[in-house]
Amino acid sequence: MDLALDVLSWFCLVAGVLFGITAGIGLLRLPDLFTRMHAAGIGDTLAAALILLGLMLQAGLTLNLVKLVLIMVFILLTSPTSTHALAKAALHGGVKPLLDLGPGTGRDDPPSKT
Amino acid sequence: MVRAVSLSVVLYVLWLLLSGHYEPLLLVLGAVSCVFVAWIAYRMDVADREGHPIHLTWRSLVYWPWLFWEIVKANLEVARLILAPRLAISPTVIKVKASQPDELGHVIYANSITLTPGTVSIDVRDATIEVHAITREMAEGLQTGEMDRRVTRMEGAG
Repeated sequence: MDLALDVLSWFCLVAGVLFGITAGIGLLRLPDLFTRMHAAGIGDTLAAALILLGLMLQAGLTLNLVKLVLIMVFILLTSPTSTHALAKAALHGGVKPLLDLGPGTGRDDPPSKT
Repeated sequence: MVRAVSLSVVLYVLWLLLSGHYEPLLLVLGAVSCVFVAWIAYRMDVADREGHPIHLTWRSLVYWPWLFWEIVKANLEVARLILAPRLAISPTVIKVKASQPDELGHVIYANSITLTPGTVSIDVRDATIEVHAITREMAEGLQTGEMDRRVTRMEGAG
């Protein structure tokens, strides 16, 4: 039983780290602020949730489990608020999102600025 | 008044779980502090429908798991987009209607949109939310309005 829990918890931790790295790659690869926010969203949600879940499995039924659950709840409540604040600040600061205007525009054919 | 009582109970449970101290003196001091804070919140009129939304408690138990699953699906989709050799993104800005009756509902809907990777709410005005989506498909997924309906239902209006 302990072994099963350990395996499950390590699986969650490793998966969380992989999603975190993916978010980092996305931050570097995507073209502008608004698309990069979507990549950062992976780190806010699934990566953080998987790592916390892995830690919860390690904590077992203790008060630490409650604290980890609370951390998750607060991340889920605050991260969209801060993302929205960032997006709105960028818009008010005059940053225009890159928009895709026609089909088939990808990196080879960068989206036109509007 | 119901909200003030419920707020002090919630505060007390939270404090018990976080402190881990169960000596009689500390339990009494904790209870006094929680009631005092709830009384201040009641007098300041901040423990209202928005500040302490107990009317959402039961319905949110249906909404949260659904939202969680949507977040997982959207995460996999965005991760696939990022890791694909060719960056097949089509950033789109759309406007969606929020059919919730009050601002609390709009906030829950806008935050749910942002929490789902691939869509970020960039502006909320009246009952319209402006959304930036990383691909056109994700924008279309939002325009089906399922999330909007579910948030409205959670608020007990739909």
